[in-house]
Amino acid sequence: MSSNQTLKTIIGLEIHVQLTKLKTKLFCATSADYREKKPNTHVCPVCLGLPGTLPTVNRKAVEYAIAVAKALNCEISDRLMFVRKHYFYPDLPKNYQISQYIGPGFAPIAKNGYVKIIVDGKPKIVRIRRINIEEDPGRIVYLGSIETSPYSLIDYNRSGVALLEIVTEPDIESPKEARIFLEKLIAILEYLGVTDPGLEGAFRVDANISFEGFGRVEIKNIGSIRDVEKALTYEIVRQRRIIAGGGKIERETRHWDSNKGVTISLRSKEFEEDYRYFPDPDLPPLRISKELIEQITKSLPELPDERIDRFMKQYSLDEYRATVLVLNKWLADLFETCAKHYDKYKKLADLLITDFLRWINEFNIDYKNLRLDPLQIVKLLRLWDEGTLSVKMVKELLPQIIRDGIDVEDYVKSSGYTRLADKEYLKSVVEEVFRESPKAVQDALENPKAINYLIGLVMKKTGGRADPQLVREIILSMLDKMKNTGS
Amino acid sequence: MPVHKLVEEFKIDPSKVFDYLDSLYDNIKRVENKIQSFITIIPQETLDRYVENLIKENKHRIDNLKLFGIPIAVKDNISTKGIRTTCASKMLENYVPPYNATVVEKIMREGGIIIGKTNMDEFAMGSTTETSAFYPTKNPWDTTRVPGGSSGGSATALASGEAPLALGSDTGGSIRNPASFCGVYGLKPTYGLVSRYGLIAYASSMDQIGPMARNVVDLAILLSVIAGHDPRDSTSVPFVQSVDYVQELYKLYHKEPKLRIGIIKEFFEGSEEPVKKAATKAVDLLCSYHECQEISLPFSKQIIAAYYIIAMAEASSNLARFDGVRYGMKIDFTNRSWDEAFTEVRTKGFGYEVRKRIAIGAYILSAGYRDMYYIRALKLRRVLKERFDQIFKDHDIVVSPTMPILPPRLGEFFKDPLRIYLADVNTVAANLVGIPAISIPVDFYNGLPVGLQAMAKQFSEPLLLYVAKQLEDRTGFRDILAQP
Ligand SMILES: [Zn+2]
Repeated sequence: MSSNQTLKTIIGLEIHVQLTKLKTKLFCATSADYREKKPNTHVCPVCLGLPGTLPTVNRKAVEYAIAVAKALNCEISDRLMFVRKHYFYPDLPKNYQISQYIGPGFAPIAKNGYVKIIVDGKPKIVRIRRINIEEDPGRIVYLGSIETSPYSLIDYNRSGVALLEIVTEPDIESPKEARIFLEKLIAILEYLGVTDPGLEGAFRVDANISFEGFGRVEIKNIGSIRDVEKALTYEIVRQRRIIAGGGKIERETRHWDSNKGVTISLRSKEFEEDYRYFPDPDLPPLRISKELIEQITKSLPELPDERIDRFMKQYSLDEYRATVLVLNKWLADLFETCAKHYDKYKKLADLLITDFLRWINEFNIDYKNLRLDPLQIVKLLRLWDEGTLSVKMVKELLPQIIRDGIDVEDYVKSSGYTRLADKEYLKSVVEEVFRESPKAVQDALENPKAINYLIGLVMKKTGGRADPQLVREIILSMLDKMKNTGS
Repeated sequence: MPVHKLVEEFKIDPSKVFDYLDSLYDNIKRVENKIQSFITIIPQETLDRYVENLIKENKHRIDNLKLFGIPIAVKDNISTKGIRTTCASKMLENYVPPYNATVVEKIMREGGIIIGKTNMDEFAMGSTTETSAFYPTKNPWDTTRVPGGSSGGSATALASGEAPLALGSDTGGSIRNPASFCGVYGLKPTYGLVSRYGLIAYASSMDQIGPMARNVVDLAILLSVIAGHDPRDSTSVPFVQSVDYVQELYKLYHKEPKLRIGIIKEFFEGSEEPVKKAATKAVDLLCSYHECQEISLPFSKQIIAAYYIIAMAEASSNLARFDGVRYGMKIDFTNRSWDEAFTEVRTKGFGYEVRKRIAIGAYILSAGYRDMYYIRALKLRRVLKERFDQIFKDHDIVVSPTMPILPPRLGEFFKDPLRIYLADVNTVAANLVGIPAISIPVDFYNGLPVGLQAMAKQFSEPLLLYVAKQLEDRTGFRDILAQP
């Protein structure tokens, strides 16, 4: 192990989340639902930044931001203040972005919060530095890649869509922690009902990563949680290699190419860019009243941490199972629907977070398109409990329920797909196995653990339909007889 | 004939609007080439058709229209749907807005007619109308002199009889300065009284659209039409419902309350002798009835500095959007980086004065200089506000000459820009503080008009109109036309 393996990794994240559940953009009445629309049809004089136009604040966006701030345990500013952040870029119609800033005379909507996560079974706090409300720029569209495109086209449909910029303190110590944090954050936002992070471009992350004592690298515009983890892992390996070779890590901005799985240098950051922040004179500070904050706090839905606690109490689940369920809100909802009809909660939870989730991923099903009668899961579990279905059969039937929507009871009846529990018949199968495999029988006589192999042979002969418990009993009694007669 | 009488005539016989337009266009033909008030004039045929429609569509409600049939000249930084709006800049030479400014909507709703777009200093940066990218406008009282600015075209259109009413915008005196130099009335309303939606911004925290007219009652009519809350402008004051300023004016006029008037010592002392004399004479008229007292407003130079710092800082931001991508000046972007293309558009599209102010403004806002300039300017702005709060505890209005100088000759501005900047000293305070201010024509010196400025506390426009009307009665400065 080289010495730099022990260097501490410091990671901070800047997350941009579109408030996709808003009806209109942040500063005008244009509909915020711009996706799949013809370019430059989802615009008005305000979000095109035409001369003379003025912004007016979308109140609902402010309420959403306050809800998010509350859920992330932040201090909320008593005044809503916007600044102009200046930089020339063609996707930015005014060549400044209306945003927020932290500093003397400025205030973001919220600051100093935290998110609790669990890493390897241990709780950890990731602090939130601040939350900004700001407007999204338009989009530059290239033919093919940016390097080879003969022209740039600009689509302003996205221009002015409400964004939250959530900035963490550099409290994250590994790519895995970053993933766990982001999963938690996304879950919180989903529970609040302010965004649909699954929508293209609704969720973008800038990740800052450095080794203690070395220059900081920013990876811009990463589009998914999985890519954040991959990009950070890539950077750690890259930077370690440079450090091991005695090199220096330059302060720079890099781009994550998710197709190639590499980060690429965009520009060095020798100079801090000067955005010439100043308060937007078109948006005088608005008071955020205690009453409003209270009212929003009161109407907050149950949040992931609360739900995890409740799952542990109400369903006697351990923290791990409760967390996996709750962070997948739809899965937790499915669990609770099933739990109304089925009270072996741990068994239900296990089925959902292992096989069920695996098949959903396997079939690449978006949970929103999942047409599943939760009662089918309940029926499946009950047939299993009754001994009508074996584990193996349960595992075989589950994907058919998910993908084909079969009715378990009907299917079992019509296919004769039931468990072999006929003792006489099974006994004859066991005798057959004993005849064919005297060596295995001998082993089993000497070592009780070897019985499993015999059970396996019986199961094979019956196509997995034999009741394994019954088979075990039969084998044990036959072995007993042999011991008694043989000695 | 004043607008308030014209409207009555038009309501009795709508066909008279056409006769009036005939005479107006005749006059425009006669004087426009001498003074060049307009950047765009709507052809008479177009207006005639527009009026025909207006009459047809409003048959049953003509009586309710405050501006029925009245042509209005609109400064060319106020957006007019379908009529190009240039800000007197090459950058926007062919820019046609797809929407109307709120004030334009309001005027049209009251039966007013947009007759043309008036010349101005480019992006309202200037006080002589000479920084216009197209041509300077001349003072109709002496065409070798400037009309003031930046709303110079609006003032000259009134003074030379090309339009009976006009809209200007005022960031540091841009309505009052040309009103004073051209011998007309001009009012900068309280910040937030009139919607800025559609006004192409120069310095957003000080810009206000305001009315200009040849007599006080007409001024009050136009103010009544344009004032009021606009949900599209977050700086527009929400509690102002529709106020009939004509009624408010007459209420005061008939009651004739005695006011406590403050006379700003420094602003008189700093004025040229002829200006001082004429203004003092007008003040004497007021003081023969009201209670007058000299007051002091020190730190004039700092006020000017603070004003220009804030204005340029905001301008550098407001004018960032002009980059040739979406509208305005087009250049060939082929094979050039964005930065190169933007730089060329902005270098070609903006005139010298605008480029200068953008550059200084960007410098002022940059890290390291922000505190030294911008933050200090904001502090001074607060101090000035407090000073005015203090003054208005003991005074209802304060008066001074509008401009400390007579209209300069064309070209003087470029020889000595600092002198012209300093000439804004009397007017910029109202914008920094956000209070209303009016310029009242009071006298001539060697054929050149002199204006008196009155300021009052926020939302005291009726008081200003009242004082103006009293002076108008005593000086007879009413509907006076220049003959260029
Ligand atoms: Zn819009």
